[in-house]
Amino acid sequence: MSEAPVTQPGSAAPAEAKIPVTYTALYNVFFWIGLFSFGGGLMPWIQREIVIKRGWMRDEEFLPGVAMSQILPGVNSTNMAVYVGRHLLGVSGAAVAIIGMLTGPFVFMLVAAYSYKAILAVPALHAAMAGVAAAAIGMLLRMGVIAVGTSGRGVLSVVVMISVFLAIGVMKWPLVPVVLVAVPMSVLIAWPWGVKSKVKSGGDADA
Amino acid sequence: MREETSLSLLISIAIILAPLSIASIGGATAIYAPLQHEVVDLRQWITGREFLDLFAICRFTPGPSSLLGALIAFKVAGLLGALVAMVALYLPSSMLCYGVSRVWATHKGKPWHTAVERGLTPVAAGLIMAGVLALFQLSGGDLLTGAVMVGVAGALTWKRQMHPFPLLIAGAITYEAAYLLGYMNYVQT
Repeated sequence: MSEAPVTQPGSAAPAEAKIPVTYTALYNVFFWIGLFSFGGGLMPWIQREIVIKRGWMRDEEFLPGVAMSQILPGVNSTNMAVYVGRHLLGVSGAAVAIIGMLTGPFVFMLVAAYSYKAILAVPALHAAMAGVAAAAIGMLLRMGVIAVGTSGRGVLSVVVMISVFLAIGVMKWPLVPVVLVAVPMSVLIAWPWGVKSKVKSGGDADA
Repeated sequence: MREETSLSLLISIAIILAPLSIASIGGATAIYAPLQHEVVDLRQWITGREFLDLFAICRFTPGPSSLLGALIAFKVAGLLGALVAMVALYLPSSMLCYGVSRVWATHKGKPWHTAVERGLTPVAAGLIMAGVLALFQLSGGDLLTGAVMVGVAGALTWKRQMHPFPLLIAGAITYEAAYLLGYMNYVQT
């Protein structure tokens, strides 16, 4: 967790897989992410560890998982752990990732069960936690900007993006109907119309 | 009430939480209302006041907010109850997510797969930005929060590999300073 980054600050080159994907490495990544997950907004952190730092996945592989994790029932971050773990190491990878992510919070929760009255009684601690949350939202903002940049293909995609933002963020409409309308529309927009869809790709090597 | 853990109690915990796992569309916040109804109103495992206290503490410990279910189970049925709650809370939704991811990956390279992938990205972008707005409003929507957010986002733009810890600590220090200067006022919950 504390190894110094080898890459120099300015390098925008996509990272190659510099650290091999093992169960231990996967567990450790998600253990630390889970342990320091305050106030939501975990996706940017997962993206940093998996995509940017270790180069285990590309943004194009990672971002659909973000949407999927938010659309499917369950907690976004644990769904994402399942998505990433499965992509890297199959069913046992998914299990290792989610167990890693929940280990720290579970222990903390047991501690909190005994000490929560004392924690809430300290306003200064409360203030620091709010600051941590604000910084975490900033990380999410940066990730949103990256996602906006990645999805900027044509006017219609931008319309979908802004519509989803307005419907969920401003109008506070329920997620399910919005997604049921937005996803098919967005897929139709991205559909390769006119391109001969005669692809007989046999034997997809799925891990 | 911390009597010895009975099997029927553990089964009750699983029966309450497992459906919530699948029903929690849009994240853990979706389970608060039904969870409160079950454990406070119907089964009277804890009081409403206790529920609120446990809810508050879950926001200040790491992990998903739905851990509240496990925390309540721990109070009612001890460590075994908490473990049963964890499985009930996360196994059903994880299995669904696994299944969908697997189908997704099996069709990699087909034209519709690429279209769905490209189609999901703008939806994800909209959802992420909506999440930014919602969290910003939840946190009070004040100038200080906005400044910390933009500062952190700017730092990450400048150096994409930057570790989150310094940024989170910088946020904590900023707020702590603001609190000590009397800029904000935290009342006991």
